[in-house]
Amino acid sequence: MSYDVLVIGGGPAGLSAALNARARGRSVLVVSNPLEENPLWRAEKVDNYLGLPGMSGAELLTALRRHAESAGAAFRAGKALSTVRMGDTWYVSIESDMENAKAVVLAAGVARGKKFPGEAEFLGRGVSYCATCDGMLYRGKNVAVLGYSDTARREAEFLAGIGCSVTYFDRPRSCAITGGDRVEAVTCGGETVPVDGVFLLRPAMAPADLFPGLTVENGYVAVDRKMATNLPGLFAAGDCTGGPLQVSKAAGEGLVAGQSAAGYAAEIMRRNK
Amino acid sequence: MAIKHFKTAEFDAAVDAAPLAMVDFWASWCGPCKMLSPVVETIADQYEGRALVGKVNVDEEPDLARRFGVMSIPTVVFLNRGREFDRKVGVMPAEAFTEVLDANL
Repeated sequence: MSYDVLVIGGGPAGLSAALNARARGRSVLVVSNPLEENPLWRAEKVDNYLGLPGMSGAELLTALRRHAESAGAAFRAGKALSTVRMGDTWYVSIESDMENAKAVVLAAGVARGKKFPGEAEFLGRGVSYCATCDGMLYRGKNVAVLGYSDTARREAEFLAGIGCSVTYFDRPRSCAITGGDRVEAVTCGGETVPVDGVFLLRPAMAPADLFPGLTVENGYVAVDRKMATNLPGLFAAGDCTGGPLQVSKAAGEGLVAGQSAAGYAAEIMRRNK
Repeated sequence: MAIKHFKTAEFDAAVDAAPLAMVDFWASWCGPCKMLSPVVETIADQYEGRALVGKVNVDEEPDLARRFGVMSIPTVVFLNRGREFDRKVGVMPAEAFTEVLDANL
């Protein structure tokens, strides 16, 4: 389906962007991991959100989500895997599906994009970021899943279900992928497993991997005062643009990005009338 | 209408005869593939008569996927008279593919 604004990330920045784009009358889709997988969910207490002291991260997130939902934003669970812009439209693939929008707000939190040795080298030659997409190519083979969320665990179950022999590594800190023409083994925390494939299932793709050509400075997405990135129709907000990694800052940036994205989408509609 | 959907049986004859071919390995369960589809179709129209542009469904033609060692989709393979000389893995803008085609026309 086609939306005016597509928001990647369902934390404070993304929800604020969604709310404010809706307030400008734009249709909005939010693509995000389950709420419970947001790092804020585990915060026992958020004491510096103005006017609402003492709320837990889970309470705050739930309230933000309800607010965006009641404003009419649509939601879809899943991970944005890749994007491409054609004409005036952004296309975003989400696991086995895709959506499109006139403007996109990237608010997927901190994803540093630091890769394991061998990861980039073996991409497409045994390294994959999408179990749904590539799992079938590994039927009857040995694969490792480096999982960083509960969703990743379910994806590992999916791989086992279609006939892959799965070794699961739970949130490994340091791994190395090795092989010749193709992946032959993965080593995590001193344990080496011979495998044909390695599925790296992080909570979010690194911004520059998700948006080829995106300007990133010191690991953070470069934005201007309107939260516009260097790519047309792409705005960013929240932790992905840099510190302080706090809810107020994320919500404020989300507001600006949501309004900018709404304005951008409206401009395209005017132009194409 | 310039895009060709390859079956294993006809693949070799078709690409062996082509001085320049571009083949997109895809499947219906893959979101990024769906996204790349219109890009590849546009290129097929654009290069009609100059390059053979086709698609291989890895679900229906697993032998071809295996032969080319396709381990992640979408994968786009470039061939000169049936011999692979370049490949691109993942979704990329049209220019990433047209650059390769233009350099080898």
